[in-house]
Amino acid sequence: MVKSVCPYCAVGCGQNVFVKDERVVHIEGDPDSPVSRGRLCPKGSASLQLTTGETRRLEVLYRAPYASDWEVIDLDTAMDMVAERVLRTRREFWQWDVEGKRVRRTMGIASLGGATLDNEENYLMKKLYTALGAIQIENQARI
Amino acid sequence: MGTSFGRGGATSFQQDWQNSDCILIEGSNLAECHPVGFQWIMEAKARGATLIHVDPRYTRTSALADIHVPLRVGSDIAFLGGIINYVVEHEAYFEDYVRLFTNGPSLVSEDFKDTEDLGGIFSGLDEEQRSYDPLTWQYEGEEVGAASGQREQLYEERNEEEGGEKSSGHRPSVASSGRGESHGSGGAAAHPNAVRDETMQHPRCVFQIVKRHFARYTPEMVEQVCGVPRDLFVKVCQTLVDNSGRERTSAIAYAVGWTQHSVGVQYIRTAAILQLLLGNIGRPGGGIMAMRGHASIQGSTDIPTLYNLLPGYIPMPHAHQDDDLEAFLKGVSTDKGYWSDMKGYLVSLLKAWWGPAATEENDFCFDYLPKLTGSHSTYETVMAQLDGKCKGYFVVGENPAVGSANAKMQRLGMANLDWLVVRDFGLIESATWWKDGPEIESGELRTQDIATEVFFFPAAAHTEKNGSFTNTQRMLQWHHAAVEPAGDARSELWFYYHLGRVIREKLSGSTDEMDAPLLDLQWDYPTEGTVAEPSADAVLAEINGWDADGRPLASYEQLNADGSTVCGCWIYCGVFTDGTNQAARRKPAREQSSVAPEWGWAWPANRRIIYNRASADENGKPWSQRKAYVWWDEEQSKWVGHDVPDFDPSKSPWHRPPAGSRGAEALSGEDAFVMQADGKAWLYAPAGLTDGPLPTHYEPQDSPFENLLYDQQRNPVRQVFARRHNRYHPNPGTRGSEAFPYPITTYRLTEHHTAGGMSRWQPYLSELQPEMFCEVSPELAEERELVHRGWATIITARGVIEARVMVTERMAPLLVQGRLVHQIGLPYHWGTNGYSKGDSANELTAISLDPNSHIQEVKALSGDIRPGRRPRGSAANDLVEDYIRRAGITSDTGMEVRGDH
Repeated sequence: MVKSVCPYCAVGCGQNVFVKDERVVHIEGDPDSPVSRGRLCPKGSASLQLTTGETRRLEVLYRAPYASDWEVIDLDTAMDMVAERVLRTRREFWQWDVEGKRVRRTMGIASLGGATLDNEENYLMKKLYTALGAIQIENQARI
Repeated sequence: MGTSFGRGGATSFQQDWQNSDCILIEGSNLAECHPVGFQWIMEAKARGATLIHVDPRYTRTSALADIHVPLRVGSDIAFLGGIINYVVEHEAYFEDYVRLFTNGPSLVSEDFKDTEDLGGIFSGLDEEQRSYDPLTWQYEGEEVGAASGQREQLYEERNEEEGGEKSSGHRPSVASSGRGESHGSGGAAAHPNAVRDETMQHPRCVFQIVKRHFARYTPEMVEQVCGVPRDLFVKVCQTLVDNSGRERTSAIAYAVGWTQHSVGVQYIRTAAILQLLLGNIGRPGGGIMAMRGHASIQGSTDIPTLYNLLPGYIPMPHAHQDDDLEAFLKGVSTDKGYWSDMKGYLVSLLKAWWGPAATEENDFCFDYLPKLTGSHSTYETVMAQLDGKCKGYFVVGENPAVGSANAKMQRLGMANLDWLVVRDFGLIESATWWKDGPEIESGELRTQDIATEVFFFPAAAHTEKNGSFTNTQRMLQWHHAAVEPAGDARSELWFYYHLGRVIREKLSGSTDEMDAPLLDLQWDYPTEGTVAEPSADAVLAEINGWDADGRPLASYEQLNADGSTVCGCWIYCGVFTDGTNQAARRKPAREQSSVAPEWGWAWPANRRIIYNRASADENGKPWSQRKAYVWWDEEQSKWVGHDVPDFDPSKSPWHRPPAGSRGAEALSGEDAFVMQADGKAWLYAPAGLTDGPLPTHYEPQDSPFENLLYDQQRNPVRQVFARRHNRYHPNPGTRGSEAFPYPITTYRLTEHHTAGGMSRWQPYLSELQPEMFCEVSPELAEERELVHRGWATIITARGVIEARVMVTERMAPLLVQGRLVHQIGLPYHWGTNGYSKGDSANELTAISLDPNSHIQEVKALSGDIRPGRRPRGSAANDLVEDYIRRAGITSDTGMEVRGDH
């Protein structure tokens, strides 16, 4: 059994995640939690379906320009393609100055997302984007 | 909240509700949206507390409340302002608390002109720039820096005073600079020692200004504006008054029902003023709880994936001439309070990012930070996409194609990209709009014409990764990986770490100056497991920070400005004290006090109720034994109690700082709001807000009602965008306004989550809430021939949707301005994919934003409703065009700054 936290809203209910043969087999409320005292709402109670349900996709998909459908591609290939595009767009929209003021940035790349993610993930995102010079970085907190 | 108190987080914790004598829930349907948190409200009720729910709809929260107050959507400032007026008029405020802990006695500049003087606007409005110059809002004498919010408002004045080169051009438009959330921790710039009149009688003292400002918010006015009968309103006022003071405390809880307005930040300001007048902040059973809807939405502002912030609410620098670290700090930090140590926080962050490359000589790589030139919020980004100025887009655990305001513009923006990366569990609408979105159905777009490359990466679930969420009460809780993710599913930690690694490899050897921030980046995290997952513990350790010898820091007070300390987010400093992951602490609740300080870790410094110095009086004694929380212990000469004191533990209540003190040293023993530039909570905000120092009722952008309080219809500095697909509705009473007669509000259901990415694909949840619906009253059903369980078509100038009809008395018609008004309720979770399908309410919403937070107004709009299903194909757009034509809507409609037309 592994201690966890419900991924839906920000109440922060404790979850106990039960694992058998390296598979998650059950998720229930953690009675030790001072916030939730073992309870979960309908969404939290459905988190076994969220994490192990059949609708989760497990392969990387790529839609080429003008294409009518997806194709499955290799994860490493996809990572390399995205890195290439980031560098290309970054350079294409790079700005050293705006109206004589130094900005050192790219306006070509934006990002949306973070409120469902871990603090550590948001930290690496902000760190990398800032080093890239990308500033249009936003998440659900704005929405 | 940041502007009022100094930190932009809930002031309390959910379990503390059980200590409340009265709880006011407004702008939130807590029982349905946060059911498990709601148990603590029921605990309070079981102990005799009175529960008040103010909401347009009668929900499960209302059903469990002692008093339910239905009101018209978008009228909350009038309602809360009415309570403020009641409290002041009846002299029911907590006078000692107000004098001691708020800026009530502080004098405001003679140049300040209130909405009372100027017909609904404040002094300093620049109509052309659509912004306020806040200089006249300052205290008498000297200026004050905001702990949060628009902290750079005074940048140019300050640097000029110091003999800095005068900036060319006009002041930057404040409304476009976007600093609203930068008061997350640390208040706005303000004079540290304002001239005060302790009797609070001076006509220019804050208290008297507040009194005059709200005088017109009478019960009669509330009845006319909000549709709340006078006796019901007075009952709410008296209940709050009866349950506040030395012996009793009341709490307020809100959610996005308050934030999602064109004057949303001021909604929360109104609540803050009320709670300060009643003496309910920093005390058990009091406070203001922001109820957030995502597991780590607090965390994602603390460590912000937001354009205007760096970790710990340090503002992102704006482009100024001759910008450097010192000029930046001078522009944004305060002289008094903990925010004056910003240099230590920022330098430690720069060291965490650029390590040895960051030196005293090169300003610790301050120049590596990209600079802002205005607002770059997600909605401006959509405009930039439409204009072809932003060509790459990462969408990470969000679904803007149906979840953001004006969904059509979101999709059209994406159709204009070079490339799009979507990371999620499944194929959400934001990943598939190019083949099955509404524009494909209508023929506006053809798949074979769309050039956008789309990558879909499967995401790992919370059970497949280590990491921390920060919940709604500022508490970090660690979740442990139970299994490794299957297939190509990966965490965001994995994705961004390896993306950065690949990018750095590709740039290796580059001597181009533009690549230096990437090549100097500290990016060596240990990886583990078969998928080479970066260690989340190592990242948290960096967020916490270490000293020159590599030892983990325990407190942000240890951070230095000389580059000897490293810290990725100063407000989280202490979460890795002694090298132990404090967020992973799980001492069972039954084995510790009700404050539960050993479960997880709360920022700042594991304090669970912040500003808790205010739970004691001027001599450090609890206001009452019943409400004792933190107090001064004479024998030990320190602050003690049930929580970590949010105060220097050894500073006596009688301490008075020597003249010339700076920073935390300048705080007196009475300055309970330690992040504020003057140590006081702000009834009146002399700095930090873009749309005024006091809340004012303005009507929503799209409203069927005129503003009865002022001739000024709307927030003059709201952000509006005159775009083809973003048309606004005519002003009430003008030609064409009758086309959109009904107020509409949007909301969530228990069984779904936001835009549905985490719920519409689950069979259980989809079965419980299978499709989109609208809630209407029996009276409206009759008026528009709507049939229960039949279909309705709902139209605005942005779009048209269909929904199943739920006829329910829960949507009670209200008598407003002598008119019976029917409101329409729309849950907004749907889209075309998943098991549970339906039209998105965001086809109807417009992009009109609060100028502080840049949050969209989707809780109050207007529209029309008719029976039956919506037209298909291009006929759907024809219907919207027909409404636009009939209503006489142009690009100028609803764009005014002043007045009502």
